[in-house]
Amino acid sequence: MRRSVSLYGLTFSLPLLLWQLVFFVSPLCFLVALSFWTVKNFRMQPDFDTINWVTMYGRSVFWMAYAKTMAMASFAAVLTSVLAFPLSYAAAFKLSETARRWAVFLMVIPFFTSYLVRVYSWQIFLSDAGIINVMLGWIGLGPFHLLNTVGATMVGYLTLAFPLVVLLQMFSLVFVDRTLIEAAHNLRSGRIRTVFAVVIPSARVGLVIAALFCFILSFGDFVSPIYLGGGDPTTLSILITDTTKSGQQWPRAAVIAITMIITLLAVAFMAVRFAYKGRTK
Amino acid sequence: MSDQRPDAHQRSRTIDFALKTYLLIGYAFVFAPIAASFVFSFNSDRFPSIPLGSFSMDWYRAVATDPLVWEGLRNTLLVGTVVAVISTALGFGAAYTDYRYKFFGKQAYMALALLPPTIPVVILGLAMLAFLSRVDLAGNAFAVIISHVVICAPFAMALTRLRLSQMDASLEAAAWNLGASEWAAMRHVIIPFTAPAILGALFITAAVSFDEFAVAWFVSGLNETLPVKVLGFLQGQVSPRINAIGTFVFVTSMTLVIVAQVLLTGRGAKAQKAALEEE
Repeated sequence: MRRSVSLYGLTFSLPLLLWQLVFFVSPLCFLVALSFWTVKNFRMQPDFDTINWVTMYGRSVFWMAYAKTMAMASFAAVLTSVLAFPLSYAAAFKLSETARRWAVFLMVIPFFTSYLVRVYSWQIFLSDAGIINVMLGWIGLGPFHLLNTVGATMVGYLTLAFPLVVLLQMFSLVFVDRTLIEAAHNLRSGRIRTVFAVVIPSARVGLVIAALFCFILSFGDFVSPIYLGGGDPTTLSILITDTTKSGQQWPRAAVIAITMIITLLAVAFMAVRFAYKGRTK
Repeated sequence: MSDQRPDAHQRSRTIDFALKTYLLIGYAFVFAPIAASFVFSFNSDRFPSIPLGSFSMDWYRAVATDPLVWEGLRNTLLVGTVVAVISTALGFGAAYTDYRYKFFGKQAYMALALLPPTIPVVILGLAMLAFLSRVDLAGNAFAVIISHVVICAPFAMALTRLRLSQMDASLEAAAWNLGASEWAAMRHVIIPFTAPAILGALFITAAVSFDEFAVAWFVSGLNETLPVKVLGFLQGQVSPRINAIGTFVFVTSMTLVIVAQVLLTGRGAKAQKAALEEE
């Protein structure tokens, strides 16, 4: 293998590097600079002022949104993982090779449907005169107020992250060493105990990464909290869209965005450390 | 704790049945909104629910006669095509770089090549909007293309890299030994071998761009793509038109994906068979 830098090699490696440096890294860096700009007479001015940070961090609205977004995204990560696990387990251990390939294919389809359309569709199910309430009415229940609740937001988060979590869990479960499970059975370990003592620890990396992705997706999503949750409670993503779209307070939106990125990096770092804890590899 | 051997078999069947039922419920949950959107796109009621109204194509007609929707579709197709070509080219280059070269800072390079889809779209949207309006590029189709390439190139890179890892590493070296220049080896060995992945990447990146609404919403200004229009419908007069557009976009995206799938597996299998026969 030739290793020297050549025109040939650079032709292939440079374009992506340049594109991502100019259009991905620079915008993110610019966001940091922007958070120190000031707004005077509805115009942004380059500056180095911590006023935006002080203002945003001094607002209880911001911290309420932060705490609620954290809580909702964490809950979504746990809920999605717990709901997805039996399904992934069934697909990984109880299906034939062919059936599993179909299961994977079907779980990929949602990625190519519009998330917005699916959220609108959930409105049809959850609204006061919607499908679920009509069905409950048949057995004499309801109507319940389902739309514009935190529960509806969770349905939205599930819609967003469930397929990805299932796929990631499925791939990690497929690679669990079957002889370990047999060994556990031979040692008279019960089914449930085998799942918790053998299967879950063996697939830990994949399971944690799946939950992490669910957290990241839910943390940044603004569609479900607005169109299923009714905008209440206000999440950080709603704060960003509101602040950006209504006027020139972009520097403040930048403060929120940077806070979100730092939070996500911290969570991702902790999750990955937890996932690989005690692994020598 | 102890397994009662005689009925262990029976128990296992009950558990299997329960698990498989759960599996079906899970898939039902995933496909319920997709199916509902399809069904209600043909339903006459203004406020969709059950029992169904009569069959009607009204929403498709409403969509088809809306000039704004057509404009959105034009923008989507234009953006999608350009994004597919650029991000596939960039992704191919990055995948080949990873396949062939070892260099200092390669981990950083790969992180840059794979990271963008993990950044929340609201943040990416805001960063793009702020940056692009600074350099006077925001508010037009260019802005959407630039941002979508950032998001789509990693997918193209992953697909091509997967294909390259199936290639015998000595093939390229053999071409060099036979006197081919690096360029000729690229042209006659690497590109033909990765052709299915390149085509697949073109379709997948187009499909990703077709469905992306958040970043596009931030940066597009007046040149809205179709998904941004849908977001507008969702904000304004909620109407079953969303279902009609959704069904249309779903069919388009699925066509792209299935074509990509056929190209990736069919052509790949054929090429492998041909290679085996040549051996």
